[in-house]
Amino acid sequence: MNSISAAVPDIYRILPEVVLTLTGVLIMLIDAAMPAASSRRGLGWLGAFGVMAALWASLWQLSLPAGTAFYNTVQTDAFSVFFHVLICGIVLVSLLISLDALPPDSSPVQHHRGEYFALMVFGAVGMCLMTSAIELLVVFIALEISSISTYILAGFRKHTGKGPEAAIKYFLLGSFATGFLLYGVALIFGATGTTQINQIAGLIPHARSSSLVLASFALLMVGILFKVSAAPFHVWTPDVYEGAPSPVVALMSTAPKAAAFALLIRLLYSSFPMLQPMWMPLMWIIAILSMTVGNLAALRQENVKRMLAYSSIAHAGYLLAAFAGVGFTGIAAASFYIAAYSAMQVGIFAVVTVVSGYNEDLPLIADFRGLIYRAPVLGSVLIFFLASLIGIPFTAGFFGKFYSFSTALQGGAVWLGLIGLLNSGLAAAYYLKLAVTVAQPPAAGAQKLVTPRLGLAVGTALVFTAIATLILGIHPQHILGAAQAGAASFSKAPASANPPAAENVRWVR
Amino acid sequence: MDNVIISLILLAPLAGALLVLLLPDRGKLPAWAALATALVTFLLTLHLPAHFNPGAQGFQFVQDIPWIANPAIRYHVGVDGLSLWLVVLTGLLAPIGVLASWKTVKERSKVFYAFFLLQQTAMVGVFVSLDLMLYYGFWELSLIPMAILIAMYGRGSSENGGPKAATRFFLYTFISSAPLLVALLWLYAKTGSFQFSDLQSAIASGTIPAGPLCWAALAFLIAFAVKVPVLGLHGWLPDTFSEAPVSMAMVVAGKLGLYSLIRFHVGLFPVQAHKAAPWMIALAAAGILYGALLALVQKDFWKLLAYGTISSLSFCTLGIYGFTLAGLDGSVFQTINEGVIGAALFVLFGVLYDRYGTSQISQYGGLTKKTPVLATVFVIASLAMIGLPMLNGFIGEFLVLSSTFTEVSRSWATAGTIGVILSAAYMLTLVQRVFYGPQSQLSLSKPASDLELREKFVLYPLATLMLVMGIFPNLWLSEIETGIRGAANALSAPISNSASSAGGQQ
Repeated sequence: MNSISAAVPDIYRILPEVVLTLTGVLIMLIDAAMPAASSRRGLGWLGAFGVMAALWASLWQLSLPAGTAFYNTVQTDAFSVFFHVLICGIVLVSLLISLDALPPDSSPVQHHRGEYFALMVFGAVGMCLMTSAIELLVVFIALEISSISTYILAGFRKHTGKGPEAAIKYFLLGSFATGFLLYGVALIFGATGTTQINQIAGLIPHARSSSLVLASFALLMVGILFKVSAAPFHVWTPDVYEGAPSPVVALMSTAPKAAAFALLIRLLYSSFPMLQPMWMPLMWIIAILSMTVGNLAALRQENVKRMLAYSSIAHAGYLLAAFAGVGFTGIAAASFYIAAYSAMQVGIFAVVTVVSGYNEDLPLIADFRGLIYRAPVLGSVLIFFLASLIGIPFTAGFFGKFYSFSTALQGGAVWLGLIGLLNSGLAAAYYLKLAVTVAQPPAAGAQKLVTPRLGLAVGTALVFTAIATLILGIHPQHILGAAQAGAASFSKAPASANPPAAENVRWVR
Repeated sequence: MDNVIISLILLAPLAGALLVLLLPDRGKLPAWAALATALVTFLLTLHLPAHFNPGAQGFQFVQDIPWIANPAIRYHVGVDGLSLWLVVLTGLLAPIGVLASWKTVKERSKVFYAFFLLQQTAMVGVFVSLDLMLYYGFWELSLIPMAILIAMYGRGSSENGGPKAATRFFLYTFISSAPLLVALLWLYAKTGSFQFSDLQSAIASGTIPAGPLCWAALAFLIAFAVKVPVLGLHGWLPDTFSEAPVSMAMVVAGKLGLYSLIRFHVGLFPVQAHKAAPWMIALAAAGILYGALLALVQKDFWKLLAYGTISSLSFCTLGIYGFTLAGLDGSVFQTINEGVIGAALFVLFGVLYDRYGTSQISQYGGLTKKTPVLATVFVIASLAMIGLPMLNGFIGEFLVLSSTFTEVSRSWATAGTIGVILSAAYMLTLVQRVFYGPQSQLSLSKPASDLELREKFVLYPLATLMLVMGIFPNLWLSEIETGIRGAANALSAPISNSASSAGGQQ
């Protein structure tokens, strides 16, 4: 533990996680004490307030000097706070969406609503911890906390055929990925004798075997790239998204990904900076592969959630393009992209949730026909989110892509920027298909669809995400500033600040 | 007033759009609100020519406010002679568009007029932005309302026709903008600025390597050429013309693309533009003939107008890439003409379609007896489109063709002249088949109804403008010329040679 942080009690460094854990435990205790028949809506609100408190606690951490705690296992800095706030924001909105999308009373899962809220909050604990952990074993534990809760949530609609299928697929493939990650941790420990993210870089030059380091790096990457559903580790995404309840997809397509990206950034820039000549082209290839595969597959989808699933693969690709940039600009660009993507993705799933209902009887793009006539507000907001996903200026999506691709261009990868932007033209085709369907006059007769109703909670969620998408699009400075502050905290990381130059050459080969 | 006038012109339609959204969707209320907003905006745009100083070089009514620190994007707007009349034209077409939609938009008029006004802001924004990222923002923004309105209010001549046309329109322009954005970001990475003047001087000073610069210029060119549209990239236009609501179709073609070509392709990359010129001239001449020949054989008047537009917009391209002062003058003038004449023809076709419910030319015939006023205005607009002397079309075509003939190439000029003859053929054939000859079954079956007051409000100013622009072109050309000279400075040697001779020729 270094001298600056000595004055700060360790517990302050994990305050948001503590608040979240207490909230989750409280929800479970109250849930158990409640009569079986009573409404558990209040528990959702309790969760929301707990998450808000955690969000406040993260912001409060900014007043602490950056430092580590618990024997160098967690680190709070501007970077971790950025992701804490982002994750808490996503979980908060997801909870709000869930409140109005509760299963109907006849549903077989109606008694499990308390668990649902608790699991969402517990998942947030893991995700938050992932972004502040600087010890690979803590990372592993955090990843498991976050994953297990999302595995369960993915299968929550167990009365449908697709729910259990989604959960089992997610669980099996996710476990493999975590296994890879853990194996990578073991190998890096074997090679360097440490699992401290910040110390690995300094010890790699003295590693026993360079192939061991490379193997461990590869395994770690497989584990993380699975979590962010980058190609070619993306195959689980569409099935899982299709089967899981929409509010859960809102959560799991953004928050765990944000956490995994944070981890990826930490690993690449803190632990393996000297491997940069090797991992940068790797990231480019994965970026191009992800966006192309994602977009091409999304073009053919008829189901809205599957389409959004494939498009999320493409977005992981756009984000990885930022890694072509040099140093901290790349980190800031990637962080900004995650924030922008989360705002619009959660927003769009809020709309999907309201339109298709808990049972998701209306899963197809064609079912959205004439939405803007049935529910003008909902339809307009949906079109706005789609415009942002396309990357129209004055929306979050535009500046996300803007920073990502301009970072790539500054790094000299003109072709990467070009492929990326052509891909976003391709993506426009399927987003537009949905937008035009929404704007198309309803088919004559044969429309038995009811007008979707907006509840208070989901309405708040929509307003929140729409405003976030707009503000990120017309006034991106604040978030970019926060992202840059986060990126700057990497220059303080002891090992990456001074990578041994002579040894670099060895690793380039 | 002078330093905020452009912001007011930008904000007025935006505020109007919000107002329309907040109003109850009752009767004609949204339409009236939109009309009021559009008229106010038009009056505001008139402030520009009234206070424009034709003697001054550079941009006027400039407003420059820092917007985003990183990347350095500024809210930097202003007009010069090149953009001046395009802004006014956009302002003029707004109330006309609202009036033209008066009867056709019956349901959900709130959404229609809100998007219509948003489109207005985006269009003006394209013309006044001096920061290229701001420009790009407005450029992309202009696509959304258009696409949505085509999808929602398309004429629906076939099932799913509207959505298909909307998607096609959007994809064509959006995908071609991708290289533009890459080029912009690349330029930013090289210069650290999105300011038009900064980029202009950076490129002129030769600090940026010529090889990649060539690609950047090409990226700009492609994005703009699609929007013009230049031959080969015009696939979206016929569909859009057939499906889009009248008030949208009349703003979609030409102006944005042609303006951008002059300002940002020729203006920023003079050397590369010279390299591209032979290709562009060839494409333009081919476009003139192609459009005219296809217009000649169309059975549907929207399609006829679409191909006719391709033909007459190619005149503008021809004028731009000749790099003569007269040619550029003529191109800008012709761009404005296209706006005026195209709008009038669209409204007229709209009136016919509204009365008789078909766009098949063969169904019409002998309408002069029943609707003499309509026929008169139609003939004036057709003659203007053909380029009859004393009407505005003549001035533009004459400037372009004469400068091409003397300065560029006789053979291409000849091709253009054949296009003029062909345009007379298709327009006059159209007039003859619709308005003269025996009355058709269709025209006999419907009651006679000539132009009503609202339609006269729309068409008379346009018809008058065609005459005034044709008789006193210098009212416009003097301002345009100051703008062109600004752009011409960038073209340095080649333009100054021809400028002197073009000046002598006038």
